[in-house]
Amino acid sequence: MAVALILVLIAVGSVVFHLVSPWWWTPIASNWRYIDNTIIITFWITGAVFVAVILFMAYCVYRFRHQAGRQAHYEPENKRLEWWLTIVTGVGVAAMLAPGLFVWQQFITVPDDATDIEIFGQQWQWSFRLPGPDGQLATSDTRLISPDNPLGINRDDPKSQDDVVIEGGELHLPVNRPVKALLRSADVLHDFYVPEFRAKMDLVPGQVSFIWFTPTRTGTFEILCAELCGVGHPQMRGKVIVQEESDYQAWLQDKAPTSFARLTPDAMSGTAVPD
Amino acid sequence: MVDVPLGSAGVVTAPDVEDVELYHPHSWVTKYVFSQDAKVIAIQYAFVALSVGLIALVLSWLMRLQLGFPGVFSFIDANAYYQFVTMHGMMMVVYVLTALFLGGFGNYLIPLMVGARDMVFPYVNMLSFWIYFLAVFILVASFFAPGGPTGAGWTLYPPQAITSGTPGGQEWGIILMLVSLMVFIIGFTMGGLNYVVTVLQARARGMTLMRMPLTVWGIFTASFMALLAFPALFVGAVMMLFDRMLGTSFFMPAMVEMGQPLDRNGGSPLLFQHLFWFFGHPEVYIVALPAFGIVSDLISTHARRNIFGYRMMVWALLAIGALSFVVWAHHMYVSGMNPYFGFFFATTTLIIAIPTAIKVYNWILTLWRGDIHLTVPMLFALAFIVTFVNGGLTGLFLGNVVVDVPLSDTMFVVAHFHMVMGVAPILVIFGAIYHWYPKVTGRMLNDGLGKLHFWVTFLGAYAIFFPMHYLGLMGIPRRYHDIGDMAFVPPSAHTLNAFITIVALIVGATQLAFVFNLFWSLRHGREAGGNPWRATTLEWQTPETPPPHGNWGRDVPVVYRWAYDYSVPGADQDFLPQNQPGPTRATTGAGHG
Repeated sequence: MAVALILVLIAVGSVVFHLVSPWWWTPIASNWRYIDNTIIITFWITGAVFVAVILFMAYCVYRFRHQAGRQAHYEPENKRLEWWLTIVTGVGVAAMLAPGLFVWQQFITVPDDATDIEIFGQQWQWSFRLPGPDGQLATSDTRLISPDNPLGINRDDPKSQDDVVIEGGELHLPVNRPVKALLRSADVLHDFYVPEFRAKMDLVPGQVSFIWFTPTRTGTFEILCAELCGVGHPQMRGKVIVQEESDYQAWLQDKAPTSFARLTPDAMSGTAVPD
Repeated sequence: MVDVPLGSAGVVTAPDVEDVELYHPHSWVTKYVFSQDAKVIAIQYAFVALSVGLIALVLSWLMRLQLGFPGVFSFIDANAYYQFVTMHGMMMVVYVLTALFLGGFGNYLIPLMVGARDMVFPYVNMLSFWIYFLAVFILVASFFAPGGPTGAGWTLYPPQAITSGTPGGQEWGIILMLVSLMVFIIGFTMGGLNYVVTVLQARARGMTLMRMPLTVWGIFTASFMALLAFPALFVGAVMMLFDRMLGTSFFMPAMVEMGQPLDRNGGSPLLFQHLFWFFGHPEVYIVALPAFGIVSDLISTHARRNIFGYRMMVWALLAIGALSFVVWAHHMYVSGMNPYFGFFFATTTLIIAIPTAIKVYNWILTLWRGDIHLTVPMLFALAFIVTFVNGGLTGLFLGNVVVDVPLSDTMFVVAHFHMVMGVAPILVIFGAIYHWYPKVTGRMLNDGLGKLHFWVTFLGAYAIFFPMHYLGLMGIPRRYHDIGDMAFVPPSAHTLNAFITIVALIVGATQLAFVFNLFWSLRHGREAGGNPWRATTLEWQTPETPPPHGNWGRDVPVVYRWAYDYSVPGADQDFLPQNQPGPTRATTGAGHG
């Protein structure tokens, strides 16, 4: 009796906790509302199954508890019941998988109008590179990294002249414009994670991975590293500041002096100051 | 084949020859230390694995102290924290759960349950344990090595695992870890071959595969899988050891370490992840399948009812085992691998939910219309179902590629895998120990202490890990030794962390009651007799309890029925042992014996 009651309390208590707990996801700030929706669908289906299974168990423990004279029912199998349960489970799984794969297709299909930016990780700080007026990032190589070229940008690439480099600082993005973030690491694995964007992807040394999203709300959000990268892992923080287009442009103008052109010896002579 | 005459009591009469003198051990050393008796080896495995488990428990306390009360305990700095996390994880997954289920329960139960006298290669079996012991020794030694143990996380991802930003990366820690794993795998391979061959070759007369208890099916399938999965980890470990010690670049791309370019080029960090998880995912089921098998037998015995849908249970075990080899990259959805892999691995992963759900249904349908005795083993089995269903369902979040994206690498993952492959299998281990302790020692464990142990462990573990999901849902990453200030984390989350820590301390301390019970009951437990649970399987039908070397005395049993003849209509008791002749199930109307 007590055992059955505790099982009921676990089922009911878990649902109540889910509904009233103050711990829930952050208000979304990107286009990935679909991900949230898929999670909600999954919560409904799995929650229903959890409650059904535990309550059925509680019923059995109460109803079929040992009593003098009780004999268990001898029934090795019940093909009909087993097949029905299998089919119903298959339908439930499909109901979660189908929207999941549909949204995944969107997640990995970068829209044509997305702007390339670069997110660069090293132990234990974030750096960023924005394309200048040409809208394109120059090529890069880890082997080119040096104190005056911290991201290893290829200086022979003409597109490097107007790239804006922000070391260890804040990433500014215009609201409602899709970005494709190219992810690079100088040393070990890192992971670009902004809880409000829902999106997340590893930075892998030796290759360029990517992620795309559209910030949908202005504000300042925390960038966390979500892949263990050594003892400084929790300290690897950054900020992403989503701004209205005009504010963003004003900031970009301000940043022009730190564009890659300004950092290169050639540019110091003053011919190629980007607009 | 020689036609062996059947004795009247359902035994094969041995030819009239004397017991072979060389067969039995003669000295204390060959009986208890370098023993070739699977039952002694089982106890050795279990004792060492449980000891490692206690170390891992203390490590988890230290971690939780830091997470619950950051900064209060100054000796838990970032280095120490990551070392504790890493060692806790690796110890629990490999050196405790794998060793205990396969080396411990496998050794004790396989020969007894299939009606064999011992494992087929007793000498190799002995070596298996001592090599495992050596692996544990090397692993524990890393605590005392310069720089301490590795803090790379149990996944040991390069380049981080072998670079200077990680504790033990450029010192001894990672080397000892890799060597210990390699030694473990060598030892396991010896044991695993034994378990598989014994099941295939040494079953008693009449013990067809489809009459085997599900415990044997679970351990057998898991051993087979481990033989296929561990080699991937072995080669990964060899390559990483080369990268660390010889300067090769299997996993090392061109990179800059703390401002200094390294002389490496062309290696692939993702290659290691594929190797690791090709081992690592089957590993989850290597731990889970023995637990599935054991819990099936616990439920059936203590509900006095045949396991529901036995054949479906066997096929589900095999299906899960096979599918588990094609789902590994669901650990890598956000690793930067080709994103199109996501479609394939999400589909295979969610398909696994179907055979797994069948098992759950059949467990609860075994309870339905049963005669449920709420013994301590049964309580643990019920608690297993609760935690396993909970953890299995959150697996549907993480397996469904796009849902994994926000949750990956957060506390949600930590909560999920602890619930499903930490708490759930450990509850089965406890249930199994309460269940088989009478056979091993001849005495019952104390019931009151057992119930105390059960309730605190079950409710405590649930209170630890259920709310933890919500911290992850909020976005708190895992493997942060200090959350620090995050704008989106409310103060209440820190309170929750402190609560979790306090519960973890209580649950951990309660395990001492269990350890005490194990030792106290050796002398003071109630006399059990040979078959205290009135169970059908062969290990309960031995002529002596505890069974001596050779298990069966003069005559090996003959099997007449499946393992689940409980409450057969018309029988004069509510269980029919497997070696009891008489009406088979075919005459009671059921189909498959």
